[in-house]
Amino acid sequence: MTPADSEGLAVEVRDLVKRYPKAPVNAVDGVSFAASPGEVFGLLGPNGAGKTTTIGMLTTRVRPTAGTARIGGVDVTRDPVRARAQLAVVPQQSNLDRSISIRDNLIFHAAYHGVPARERVERADELLDQFGLLDRAKDKPDFFSGGQSQRMMIARALMHAPRVLFLDEPSTGLDPAARLFVWDRLRELRDSDVTLILTTHDMDEAALLADRVGVMDHGHLLALDTPDALISSLEGEGTLELTADQAADGTVVDALAALAGVERVETVHGAADNGGPGPSPDSQPLRVRLYLTGDAALCVAPAAAVLHEHGLALQDVKLGTPTLEDVFIHLTGRTLR
Amino acid sequence: MKWRAFWAVLYRDLYVTSREFHVFLAQVILQPLFLLFVFGKVLGTLNYTQHGYTDLLFPGLLALTAVITALQALAFPLVAEFGWTKEIEDRLLAPMPTSFVVAEKVLFAVLRSLIATLIMIPVGIVVLGSIPWRWAGFPLFVAGLLLGALVGAGFGLLMGTLVQPQRITLLFSLVFTPLLFTGCSQYPWPQLEQIRWFQIVTACNPMTYVSELMRGAMVPQVPHIRPWVCIVVLIFAVGVLLTVGLRGFYRRAID
Repeated sequence: MTPADSEGLAVEVRDLVKRYPKAPVNAVDGVSFAASPGEVFGLLGPNGAGKTTTIGMLTTRVRPTAGTARIGGVDVTRDPVRARAQLAVVPQQSNLDRSISIRDNLIFHAAYHGVPARERVERADELLDQFGLLDRAKDKPDFFSGGQSQRMMIARALMHAPRVLFLDEPSTGLDPAARLFVWDRLRELRDSDVTLILTTHDMDEAALLADRVGVMDHGHLLALDTPDALISSLEGEGTLELTADQAADGTVVDALAALAGVERVETVHGAADNGGPGPSPDSQPLRVRLYLTGDAALCVAPAAAVLHEHGLALQDVKLGTPTLEDVFIHLTGRTLR
Repeated sequence: MKWRAFWAVLYRDLYVTSREFHVFLAQVILQPLFLLFVFGKVLGTLNYTQHGYTDLLFPGLLALTAVITALQALAFPLVAEFGWTKEIEDRLLAPMPTSFVVAEKVLFAVLRSLIATLIMIPVGIVVLGSIPWRWAGFPLFVAGLLLGALVGAGFGLLMGTLVQPQRITLLFSLVFTPLLFTGCSQYPWPQLEQIRWFQIVTACNPMTYVSELMRGAMVPQVPHIRPWVCIVVLIFAVGVLLTVGLRGFYRRAID
């Protein structure tokens, strides 16, 4: 899946390994991928998968144990200074300079990166306008909301025109409107050939924004392809989500799993296991997702019958096509959360 | 590229200080001012201290100002920047080596220290009426200022990188206050022979050598440790503090 042309790659990672001292296993265990200019690359995986460590190594904040990482052709371990000039990071938690106004935040950041004085003032005002923050230009970031801080950090990251922009969980804590706004701004960046590397556990984000997605778990890259290609690897599978009117014990789930065409059953509420009686909260009505090897519509009646046999009434039915989350479950056997 | 980043970061720090200059003054001047006023002026006027005590006290307080200002200028922001504000991250991602991030902080702390100590001179004149000044001792005075500032910066770096944010108040009471009072700024070291154990304790505090160096420069008639000894010890102390501090910084900044 690596683009054939090795020159001109925005990001290139080869057999990257990180082992923390006294750790029993590698946090990142031989990860390789590459991204071209203008590409949006998503790194999907649960907490502890090694995404943050991988990004840390690419952004010179973590020292690799083995392997190479290159940003715009520059080796991050050999020449971290030049690498930093080409990249920018938008972290999850705000790290804006609280002692100065947001406009000064932008201007000083550009100054650190050597942007000439007049240009940085012009660009600051331009970006503040583009990100809808012009009216707060003179304010300090102290009491900014999560969404405003996020927009500020993206604007700041763009001040020195980086080749690669790393975003850590960009949608976390944003309301839907803010999220759409951010996605629109990010899409605009592709036209200027800026490569975006996103880490996320938001499926929608990965599916909608990313050109290619890498699925990570336990330090390994399990799959790497376009979202469509990954989903179509689950060809022929459908999902059926059922909601009953009351809580139920494990026997219902077992009975559902035993139906023809049902590959596995998952209780929806973040249960970690499939198939077995998941820890369904006693008070909540039963919600299960059936992963089917065939057409979901054909399973509705048999499933409803099973519920009826166990004294439950069917409240809601949802027929689904596989999503990236299903791809993840297929690869790792558990949900992302 | 890296020098541009270095000066830009320094400019930001100076810009913030200049915008909050009154806060800066309050932070650095109040303590030595009160010490000077109470121990120098008040006790002197009430005849509780010997004549000539202020000659001994003033250089010591200059030393104290130099060290403490640099320490605070480095330690406080560093604990916040590594801790809850994470502001250090944008500096670490600037196109300069990580060592430059530390060097800028040290330079900034030294500059703040120099400004604060120089402000103490007119303050001393106002509070005491006159201060002991000796142009012949000017080179040693400058050496004392610089080495004092570097020692303070070294301590600040050490404390800022080794201390977790939640332990900060503990640290400041356990380290700061003893540092302040075992630095021979209010009394001369050679005469501590009478309290031998304390003399040994103070000999372990680099601030003692700054105080003694200042006294050697300004009031050589007061018993003091020989200047060359002070300079050698201070250079060594600065070397150790900055090296250990730098290593601590790397450990916090890069995994």
